[in-house]
Amino acid sequence: MASSAASFYRDRDEPAAPSSGASYDPTYVPDSVKTFVSHLYRHIRERNVYETHQMYEGGFHRLSDRHFRDIPWPPAEAVAPHCDGDHVFLLLYRELWFRHAHARVPGLSPAHRAESWDNYCSLFGLILKGVLNMQLPNQWLWDMVDEFVYQFQSFCQYRAKLKNKTQEEINLLKQYDEAWSVYGVLNYLKALVDKSMIGEILEREKEGLEQFTATDGYDYEGGSNVLKMLGYYSMIGLLRVHCLLGDYHTGLKCLAPIDISQQGVYTTVIGSHVSTIYHYGFANLMLRRYADGIREFNKILSYILKYKQFHQNSPQYDQLLKKNEQMYAILAICLSLCPQDKLMDETVNTQLKEKYGDKMTKMHRYDDEAYAIYDELFSYACPKFITAAPPVLKEPFTNYNQDAYRLQLKLFLYEVKQQQLLSGIRSYLKLYSKITIGKLAKYMDVDEVTLRTILMTYKHKMHSVDSDGKVISSADFDFYIDEDIIHVIESKLTKNHGDYFLRQILKFEEMINHLDKVQFD
Amino acid sequence: MESEQPAESYTVEELVAVNPYNPDILSDLEGFVNDQVSNQTYNLDANLSLLRLYQFEPERLSVQIVSRILIKALMAMPGPDFSLCLFLIPEQVQMEEQFKTLIVLSHYLETARFRQFWDEASKNRSILDVVPGFEQAIQMYAIHVLSLTYQKVPRPVLAEAINIEGLALDKFLEYHVANSGWVIEKGAHSHIIVLSRNEFNHPELKKNTAETVPFEHVTRIFPVLS
Repeated sequence: MASSAASFYRDRDEPAAPSSGASYDPTYVPDSVKTFVSHLYRHIRERNVYETHQMYEGGFHRLSDRHFRDIPWPPAEAVAPHCDGDHVFLLLYRELWFRHAHARVPGLSPAHRAESWDNYCSLFGLILKGVLNMQLPNQWLWDMVDEFVYQFQSFCQYRAKLKNKTQEEINLLKQYDEAWSVYGVLNYLKALVDKSMIGEILEREKEGLEQFTATDGYDYEGGSNVLKMLGYYSMIGLLRVHCLLGDYHTGLKCLAPIDISQQGVYTTVIGSHVSTIYHYGFANLMLRRYADGIREFNKILSYILKYKQFHQNSPQYDQLLKKNEQMYAILAICLSLCPQDKLMDETVNTQLKEKYGDKMTKMHRYDDEAYAIYDELFSYACPKFITAAPPVLKEPFTNYNQDAYRLQLKLFLYEVKQQQLLSGIRSYLKLYSKITIGKLAKYMDVDEVTLRTILMTYKHKMHSVDSDGKVISSADFDFYIDEDIIHVIESKLTKNHGDYFLRQILKFEEMINHLDKVQFD
Repeated sequence: MESEQPAESYTVEELVAVNPYNPDILSDLEGFVNDQVSNQTYNLDANLSLLRLYQFEPERLSVQIVSRILIKALMAMPGPDFSLCLFLIPEQVQMEEQFKTLIVLSHYLETARFRQFWDEASKNRSILDVVPGFEQAIQMYAIHVLSLTYQKVPRPVLAEAINIEGLALDKFLEYHVANSGWVIEKGAHSHIIVLSRNEFNHPELKKNTAETVPFEHVTRIFPVLS
């Protein structure tokens, strides 16, 4: 660890601009950092989750901003004296160290990335033994899993760009070819899920035999929440990795134990909530289950609208905003392929129209401009797909970091093209309750045989089959054919009477309570 | 991550559930694909796991095995299995002639162009005949789409969709009249077949879920009721 820090300082060729008077000395530890480390260590040992959280969220970022804007924190060896050299604490400290380095320090070499990988191996290896007794804030545990997947993604992107690498970098890649192997990443996440028995815990909770959501995963009986929560968050981690690989089906399977139709532990940390729904929605888009995606995006975008102001000071705020924008883009795509007015909240709909109203109108035209917009929105909103296989480190050195993305984009646009004729059907059939195939074919300027195939394509694309073989309709508007007459199915504007009455009951009750309080002189 | 028992003592389904991220099970999964072909069974999860392993070990990719997986996926329509598989196959590999053909066949099926599909399929029997049950599976898909769309379908339209004509079609219809509740009527231009009723071609069968109120919403007024 000292070697990587030292080599980092050695390899910098820019003149060191002193940051708040500190020179680039790997053994220099500002007093505020000494205090930070010793206090954090004490809070963890005393299982004071609240204080730990304050220092983790607030203290760490304040000190990073003040002393370590674009340089690494002091290496673990330098702060060891302030935490009794505690092995586990130093593993946690190193995790923070590498996380900070990945985010703020330019020019990370394969050696650094490999050391971070080693640190995760040691940390997870220890946690998997199940002997840890500490309680850590859920935010920290989520961030750990999130960062783990992020660094994997970042490394895959890094090593796929071979064109402009120096010989030294290529040699380092050869030397550290074991680091961040896709097998390692997937197997660690799976091991955390399995060893934590989180699947069984959630099952037992459904039957009322276990408390989990009620305590937010924390253990109030002297045990540890670390393995359990890492297992829980690793389900989301696996969803994310599988999306990066293009395996949406398996990704959703990994998420299945979590019931996203309701609140749960995944919603208490905003980062985990957003990441879950973003990947869930994107996977559903690729699986053509548009209505499912729209429903969940609508819920979370509405939530973010109401509550984002409370997260303004959080270090995750920027990420939150970015994901928010990306989800609006995916929502715009879903709604263009599958119009569903009934599923949308007013507030979300307004925001959507503001951001993408124009583009959505154009996407309906299915001309060249429309495809360009589908391309643009998809590219903006999609995950950073990766090629998992390690590079062949021989001439010719090319950049293939875009290959995975290009494949997913190509297949997505292919699907869009197949749905090209469907919006024509929608606009025509909305005008009729009954029309013959012959007449509609004439209006649409196609022959009857082609029209029949278009009508069947609409039915096929708007009816997806779930894993149990059940057919689910996403059709906003429907029809059936009787020999050669198309009967359009009246979609009655269904007023949700139940909800209306419930709202009025509560409103009047409130009013009555108010009136009861009025005193007459 | 070592497995605690040798791979042979688990079934393939168990391997996929317990230890899927492991290059050592690659040949088991390949064998399993061949089993699915000969036994006319199908397991999407196992096949996706294999395609995933091929992603991680591109030199071990077998074009023949991938071709079988893709054909099996086509047979699973209307499920999106074929697309799910394509997402995992590198663009370069998709340039193989065999795969291009299968992609074209999938395209025809996705857009209900059954006549073009059967034409193209007949030109590629060498690829498709490898997997028994292919024709029947596609015919089932065709009937599925027809049943979503038609209450009553003209006989020629049905014939074209399932690629059966004449006496063979008569026998086919006889079977479904007896077993699937189909009825043959005389239509304006040809015989028409009344397909089985479902909520998609008979809107009156659709359960109206809009009026149901979720239980959690009702709990909001429990304090008022007490």
